[in-house]
Amino acid sequence: MKVSNPLWKEKLAGEIAPQLAREVDIFDNEVTLKKSGKIDDKIFAETRLRRGAYGQRYDNGQRHDGIQTRKLEYPTPDTKGPGTLWHAPGMQRIKIPFGGLNAHQLEVLAELAEEYSDSIAHVTTRQDFQLHYIHIEDTPTIMRRLAAVGITTREACGNTVRNVTACPIAGVCRTQAFDVTPYAKATAYFMLGHPGTQDYGRKFKIAFSGCKDEACGLIRLHDIGAIGVVRDGKRGFEIYVGGGLGTVPQQAKLLSDFVAEEELLPLCLAIGRVFAKYGEKKNRNTARLKFLINKIGFEEFQRRVAEERAALVPEARWTDYLQHLPDTDEEPLRAPQFLQIKNSADSEFQKWYDSNVYGQRQAGYATVTICLPLGDITSDQLRSLATIARKYTRETIRTTVEQNIVLRWVSEADLPAVYKELKAAGLGLSGAGSIVDVVSCPGTDTCKLGISSSRGLAAELRERLLQRGAEVDETIRGLHIKVSGCFNSCGQHHLCDLGFYGMSRVKNGFAVPHFQVMLGGEWEHNAGSYGLAIGAVPSKRIPDVVDRFTGRYVAERTQGETFGAFIKRIGKAECKKMVDDLMVVPPHEVAPEFYQDWGDAREYGVGDLGEGECAGEVVSPAEFMLTAAEREVFEAQLELERGDVAAAVKTAYTAMSHGALALLKQRNIGFPEDAESVLERFRKHLYDTQLFWDDFVGGKFAQYYFEAHENRNNNFNAEQAHRFIEEAQVFLEACHAVYARLLQQPAVAAV
Amino acid sequence: MPEFQHINVKIFAREGSTVEWPHLIPVFHRWIREQSFPELLIDVADYAHVPEGPGVMVIGHEAHYSVDNRKNRLGLLYNRLAAFDGSNNDRITQAYEGALAAARKLEQEPEVGGTLRFDEHDVEFWVNDRLLAPNNPEITAQFQEEVAAFLQQRFGNSPPLETSADSRDLVRVRTVAAA
Repeated sequence: MKVSNPLWKEKLAGEIAPQLAREVDIFDNEVTLKKSGKIDDKIFAETRLRRGAYGQRYDNGQRHDGIQTRKLEYPTPDTKGPGTLWHAPGMQRIKIPFGGLNAHQLEVLAELAEEYSDSIAHVTTRQDFQLHYIHIEDTPTIMRRLAAVGITTREACGNTVRNVTACPIAGVCRTQAFDVTPYAKATAYFMLGHPGTQDYGRKFKIAFSGCKDEACGLIRLHDIGAIGVVRDGKRGFEIYVGGGLGTVPQQAKLLSDFVAEEELLPLCLAIGRVFAKYGEKKNRNTARLKFLINKIGFEEFQRRVAEERAALVPEARWTDYLQHLPDTDEEPLRAPQFLQIKNSADSEFQKWYDSNVYGQRQAGYATVTICLPLGDITSDQLRSLATIARKYTRETIRTTVEQNIVLRWVSEADLPAVYKELKAAGLGLSGAGSIVDVVSCPGTDTCKLGISSSRGLAAELRERLLQRGAEVDETIRGLHIKVSGCFNSCGQHHLCDLGFYGMSRVKNGFAVPHFQVMLGGEWEHNAGSYGLAIGAVPSKRIPDVVDRFTGRYVAERTQGETFGAFIKRIGKAECKKMVDDLMVVPPHEVAPEFYQDWGDAREYGVGDLGEGECAGEVVSPAEFMLTAAEREVFEAQLELERGDVAAAVKTAYTAMSHGALALLKQRNIGFPEDAESVLERFRKHLYDTQLFWDDFVGGKFAQYYFEAHENRNNNFNAEQAHRFIEEAQVFLEACHAVYARLLQQPAVAAV
Repeated sequence: MPEFQHINVKIFAREGSTVEWPHLIPVFHRWIREQSFPELLIDVADYAHVPEGPGVMVIGHEAHYSVDNRKNRLGLLYNRLAAFDGSNNDRITQAYEGALAAARKLEQEPEVGGTLRFDEHDVEFWVNDRLLAPNNPEITAQFQEEVAAFLQQRFGNSPPLETSADSRDLVRVRTVAAA
């Protein structure tokens, strides 16, 4: 971890929005408390996940070295979650709502990748960035440095609303109904940290698209998918709900064919509240929204959403942003200039132009895709891109779900110069969005759940397809290949022409890495249909699978027939027949390479599999609040140490109020937001009923809270403040004891 | 003089050196298995697919080792993550010795087949921490001074040193010391 960590807080003081600064300070304190053993593993795990600090492969302290499983001797046995060692490297996910970035943000990402990671920033299939091999004690500093440029990692992982994605060409797209960007942005920040989104049993994903038939938004695989539509001159959205991939993929269903723009945010909140209220909390395997809809039925789900919507107390934020909606909030830096490029003398430029340049709806401007192999970009390249973005555009940069970056609003006449500068930075690869632009999740490289090496396979396929000239082959260059390291579908293997997900098979007495072959899924039409599973093929033969199916498609397709239609026409049985011989694994002594994975010299095994953190930890909201309250008491002590008596008293009182609120939450007694209501309900439901009473001291500890409430605005001296904090601590101890007792009692109906 | 922690040292490959990236992978896995260096070695990260990228790395707890290809220049990189006690000179020496030990070991590995040779005099040093060492003329001059002292001590001369003028970059010093 970095020596400079303690200095960054002071260095960035005043450069971070107060709310963001506060959130990072809270997490910093939680890291400190955890380090000193004062926070339970499970709670800290969910706490860090909600801030995007994720586990990574081998963080249980063990690794198979190809011969045997060995212990990784970290400096201490301390943990940062169940079975997760403190010093083991982890991953930091960084949320980028709708993928929108500016040049300064790119530069900070470059710095963080360089100083804390391995000089690589990885673009994910949800338009996030990820940094790998991060020490947990570096994460608060990373968060501060991001916050200073307006980026939060809050709710990047865990049981939360994940990054809100949107079509990366929204606003410049030729087929859009309107620019969905401001709506995606408003939704992202409205849902972020909203009290109504904090009690989910599983993650929740939202996406926006400006048109129905293109792929960019992948609407149909989301919990909420919104497609922009205009009806009678008024903007609104077609809303789909309950989509998802994972082991049980399901396409989202149409909830409403027109939701007026002013209804968008309350509807999202109402859907989220139904999910929070009725969704599964204990079994993470059935906790996504799609399972709730299947369980209660779509009509009942619609009814409950309508009911929740009707019960919402109006918030100004629902419509405030609509007052400032321009057609697009982006503007070009340079004047539009037209450029017709055909048969350029520079064939490399021509190839890049053909595959990576999109003519915008605004004449004279183009969007350029920077193709990132496997979604990886170096720190040097991020800085070069920042320079280019400043020079040619108003820093109009977005990440894509295909793990690339786009630069919007490039004046067409600048394209040759932009290409030249991108190429000089190693960013001039052609083939964006084509068959060679293979998408992959991290797989066994870093993911605890990875079964096979998705990145290894993706890199191999890319290399072979490039050698074949597939990116310029008219018939196959438009096909999409996606690879996941396991069935959890982070590589979105269902939504492409040729998809693969990792699995393990025992053959000839040895474990052999395999991939399930999925054919004919539809990337277009916002993930219009999912692929067919054909069978499991050894990893080392997947390139042959690609060759066979693309070869036969080229040879036998009918006029205008898509790959999906072709697969459907020849049928699953025929497809299976085509790979039957490839499923055979030669004996170990004949072909030992079959028993190793791509890009890995070790004998293959699944001994390194860990327990995934994707689903987060199921921690009750009450438990969370109690932990937060404890952290607040700790902060009150720090404030008192600094001599800020008033702040210390205020924070200690807030901790008590949160402790009381936690118990109310546990008893399902509404969700009062102001201190008066919390106290009133606590008195009525926990004190007067004697639920809070202790066998020995009766209601004494509650009296501390009541007195604190009465006196909280008094002028305290340091000694009195000290006592005030002590009493807050005692009250919280009592809250914990009562919480433990309440857990033994049957659940109660909502009051 | 500021405390320069997290020193990185890249020893460049000699002219004509080539690398077959896949050949490094079994070598690095073996290094992990045999715990070939003082640091805890954890895993191999393969970025060979990234143009002008960090190549193939051995991820460690206290330091990463890699055959790095940033700026299209092959070299053996030692990236110190953990704090190291002692003086700035001690830290520079420790990082240089770490890089050199790995370079020499790699040259001997059968999978590399003698195609990769490193020039111990052709080196770049940088401080991988922008707060401890912001890239400004004053700090750069101080780091130059430390590196010059190290080179004098190591090679008996103090050759010209190049620095990076891009304030976004880390403080770095590049030299070709006389053999």
